Amino acid sequence: MSTLISNFDEFMDGLWKQNPIFVMMLGMCPTLAVTVSAVNSISMGLATTFVLTASCLLISILRHIIPKEVRIASFIVIIATFVTVVDYSIQAISLELYDALGAYIKLIVANCILLGRAEAHAARMPPVPATLNAFGMGLGFTLGLLAIGGVREIFGAGKLFGIALFGPHFQPWVVMVLPPGGFFVLAGWLILFSGIRANKQRKIEAELALKGAKA
Amino acid sequence: MTTQFVSSTALIRALGLIACICGIIIVGVYEGTLDAVNANKKIALDRQIFKVLPGAKSVQAYDALPGGISPAGDHESPSGAIRFYAAYDATGKLMGIAAEGSSAGYADQVRVLYAYDPDKQVITGLGVITMRETPGIGDKILVDHDFIHNFVALDVALTSDMKTLANAVKTVKHGTKANPWEVDAISGATVTSKAVGRGINQSAAILLPRLVPHISQLRSKS
Repeated sequence: MSTLISNFDEFMDGLWKQNPIFVMMLGMCPTLAVTVSAVNSISMGLATTFVLTASCLLISILRHIIPKEVRIASFIVIIATFVTVVDYSIQAISLELYDALGAYIKLIVANCILLGRAEAHAARMPPVPATLNAFGMGLGFTLGLLAIGGVREIFGAGKLFGIALFGPHFQPWVVMVLPPGGFFVLAGWLILFSGIRANKQRKIEAELALKGAKA
Repeated sequence: MTTQFVSSTALIRALGLIACICGIIIVGVYEGTLDAVNANKKIALDRQIFKVLPGAKSVQAYDALPGGISPAGDHESPSGAIRFYAAYDATGKLMGIAAEGSSAGYADQVRVLYAYDPDKQVITGLGVITMRETPGIGDKILVDHDFIHNFVALDVALTSDMKTLANAVKTVKHGTKANPWEVDAISGATVTSKAVGRGINQSAAILLPRLVPHISQLRSKS
């Protein structure tokens, strides 16, 4: 039972508590560059999730074989392998998607979430928790990208998942699909989350103060 | 993870093992996806060709070499060759030629596919293969009615010796188009408009002198 709970914690870690985008602020390059639409965001997120999960699983399996002295080279080769797998697979699924994501598929190899997870987690943990943690992190990254991409598409194109929302008279906010739009929306979400966190903290402090006063 | 005093042989063995595993995965996926990737590329290209040459029923790829033209195989074009596509109608009659042009735009290369009418020696259509121009500005080349109208009959006639274009295709400032070989730029998107004009000019200037003298080879479907 305790293994089940700890495995669930491993999975939830990246999804919320240690969300790569909104908490750890990692992988900012694709976060700002490809989130012009919800579909691009989900595709990029799932591609990264696959690379993260598969590379962490393989690294965890090979963790006793990989000597410490050559671990970075080994991790990068393994990560680059799965990026290549994703690169060919997306080309086979849809060339339009491949063109939309451009060089950012290949740049997954340089995403710091991947090497960070490999070094800090997968290289020290057995395959099951390593894979669950990586999968949760990947999904957390996907959700973060979708939160940004959805808002940018709604305001920048008046659509969500390609479906028009506001009718023919909507004037798109072009800035939202340009690079500054990525910064604006990311900042908006960060303000919202830090506001929620501060509010929660204030409530906890108020409750503690109340308990202290009663005692 | 092992700690101290690891021998060089052990390091090389570990790296070799990882390289082997990764190599097998990469080659396996490459082989497994190759057919689907090639099929996707062909579908994307055919879609563009049928868009610039509406009514076409079949397409045949050719390579234009300095000495003439030859049907293209599945492999890459030989060096120095320009790939073009002859489109035929239902009766097998040549409808037109489609070829690619590319030039640097505002953000990245703008790759276009243009349709050429060998009888009238004009460009009759334009499609965009890839571009990353600014949304709302450079990407107007896809939708701006006046700009698209430039490519209904853009003059690319050759000189009488068929060695070069009689007049180079040139993008001019919006509203100043005076000749049939000029492209009227979109106001506010001059850089992208010029990239389209330049891409077509560079491609047509090399392709047409090689193609036009041998056009009779393409008249009916082989």
